[in-house]
Amino acid sequence: MSTHAPLTIANGRLLLTGGEIVSGALRSEGGFITALGPDVAAQPGDTVHDAAGKLITPGLVDLGVFEIDKPAFHFGGITRAALMPDQSTPLDIPSRVRFAAQSGKPDFWVHPLAAATRELKGEALAEIALMRSAGARAVATGRHWIGDSGTMLRLLHYTAMLGMVVIAHAEDGGITGKAVATSGEMATRLGLPSAPAEAEALAIARDIALAELAGAAIHFRNVTTAAGLDLVRAAKARGLAVTAGVSPAYFMLSDLAMAQFRTFAHLSPPLRCEDDRKAVIAAVADGTIDVIASGHDPRGPEDKRLPFADSAPGMAGAETLLPLTLNLVRDGVISIGRAFDLLAANPARLLGADAGRLAVGAEADLAVIDPERPWIVDSDKMAASAGNTPFDKQPVQGRVLALFKGGVTVRTKKVRPA
Amino acid sequence: MRELRLSLPASGPKAWSSMTSPEYIYPEGAAAFPHNGLVGIAGLAPHEIWFLLDEAQQWVELNRNAQKRREVLSGLTIINAFFENSTRTLLSFEIAGKRLGADVVNMAVATSSVKKGETLIDTAMTLNAMRADAIVIRHASSGAVQLIADKVDCPVLNAGDGQHEHPTQALLDALTIRHAKRAFNGLRVTICGDILHSRVARSNILCLTSLGADVRVCAPPALMPADIERMNVKVFHDFDAALKDADVVMMLRLQMERMEGQFIPSPREYRHLYGLSMERLAKAQPDALVMHPGPMNRGIEIESDVADLAGRSQITTQVEMGVAIRMACLDVLTRKGRKAEGWA
Repeated sequence: MSTHAPLTIANGRLLLTGGEIVSGALRSEGGFITALGPDVAAQPGDTVHDAAGKLITPGLVDLGVFEIDKPAFHFGGITRAALMPDQSTPLDIPSRVRFAAQSGKPDFWVHPLAAATRELKGEALAEIALMRSAGARAVATGRHWIGDSGTMLRLLHYTAMLGMVVIAHAEDGGITGKAVATSGEMATRLGLPSAPAEAEALAIARDIALAELAGAAIHFRNVTTAAGLDLVRAAKARGLAVTAGVSPAYFMLSDLAMAQFRTFAHLSPPLRCEDDRKAVIAAVADGTIDVIASGHDPRGPEDKRLPFADSAPGMAGAETLLPLTLNLVRDGVISIGRAFDLLAANPARLLGADAGRLAVGAEADLAVIDPERPWIVDSDKMAASAGNTPFDKQPVQGRVLALFKGGVTVRTKKVRPA
Repeated sequence: MRELRLSLPASGPKAWSSMTSPEYIYPEGAAAFPHNGLVGIAGLAPHEIWFLLDEAQQWVELNRNAQKRREVLSGLTIINAFFENSTRTLLSFEIAGKRLGADVVNMAVATSSVKKGETLIDTAMTLNAMRADAIVIRHASSGAVQLIADKVDCPVLNAGDGQHEHPTQALLDALTIRHAKRAFNGLRVTICGDILHSRVARSNILCLTSLGADVRVCAPPALMPADIERMNVKVFHDFDAALKDADVVMMLRLQMERMEGQFIPSPREYRHLYGLSMERLAKAQPDALVMHPGPMNRGIEIESDVADLAGRSQITTQVEMGVAIRMACLDVLTRKGRKAEGWA
């Protein structure tokens, strides 16, 4: 495997599975964690990184990004990302999946998501088993919902047989149509094409019913409404293999962020009302939401400097994923341990990757972070390939100081003395 | 011809002051209209709306003379950039600019580089580099005018952006109502039609509620935007109920393509529920005004006998007021650039 020297991260605080934090060190060899705890010491010949008392955590696993944007992922402490099939040529044949799976190595791992249907049209099933052999870890419907219930049922039967989870976009396309906003006062005042938020619950209700019928596992990439979250909560209570994710924008912002036609706040699904924003926070707290992901989708001026309805949806989210999630820790919504379950352990488990946790034998994807370190988001100075963030000029806390992929240093940030 | 027209009070703006409520009173001089452009009614204070209506009054009177030209904007270049087809509004802005002595240039989409893939921002920067003194824009997307206004140096006037706003239409409607009714406080205005897709409705709601009118909106649910009541209006689906004791009835144009099954089953079904007939109009006040921003679908949203009802129908007056309002907006918004009085 790795030809690099073994790595020891010393003098840190280790965030263990279960959320316990202990002072100590971590050692990795051949790309895997070999020892961790208070008594671990560097061996002769090791590359030694002094964590200076900061938090040693797993590298983040970002479930559902639209572009491989390594500088942004590394800035944000992300060591693995599941790539959505919505590329310029969709990931709907094995060769493209194989290429995508190699495209980040060695310092970043891409887990391609196989397109559920050919050309993502929602009609004919794609070659999912061949794509699995080519490296696809899960299946995704793409940016859109599969409108035909029969197709969706056949897909879920097939993925259940293959043991793959389907990552679904939950918006009823018949209701959303060309909508770019959630129906409500804001969309009405701005005169934007809008659809009721219930489009999400309708899609989730159908897909849960079909998944139950097929005995399939389904993950909703973004559940953003109270009604949708209630359906997921109920399905989990019935013991179904239903999981849910969300991006920080949906617990940080409401549709008010669209004021002045700010296209950086044009997201898919669109931003919701304040009550839904609070429901997302409650669902993160009570365990209904399993994954927080960036939905990283960098878009330049040619896509964003347009009238709102003509602009492309999406935000560059990789750099702000960690600090915005840490807001929930500081607000007492979740513990730091649960934050990393949402950011690393749970998405890794859904992808079937032995990563996202600090344990002997797991892959040594590691970050040293300062959860309190303040900085200001600046869309002009982002590492991402475009600066389309609705959090521009917003002060945040939490910064990655060093990042390691497979026990090899990816980046270290010079720490100014406090 | 003059006696056929709506009678005007003998004196100018001062005549209104007796019925002007305190919030309309605007500071004299510099601060009367401290905006760089007119993107929407949203963001205008009541006294700023009132100021534009007062300023338009002189142009109403001028336009009724044989000699209609004043060299107020002499030497200025005004570009009408219409990214969406328009006949009436474009003509109205062109006449307004020419009557004030400006050089008016129209940019039509069919012949422009927009068709060649140039982005809206690049088009805006091009217009800006040509040193226009004001740019009038119509565009099919909500927010497009704001986008351009942020990028150019000269005043930008919104001549309609998507389903967002059409401020000069609302101002000309308010001027029309002011001539006939003289007071807005408590005035019952019913707006009926495709509220969902109507920028005219949004601007009128903002303008009329700001001036103190009680605004009712009436449409079938499929054509009523969500949470519209948060804009301080009463929502009706029953046209007869919405008309009861109304002082002003504003009908909106229904696009033909919305009447073919997606929103409305058929034109005749729409007429059955929401067409303004003489019988329906009788439910409103006996002197209720009938308004329509045009162009009308006669026999669908409005019957011909109502549209032509002498003394009640204000539809041609609206067109007349439109030129005056646009003259006022062009005059007021270019004062800063002209270093004219009225702007410090």
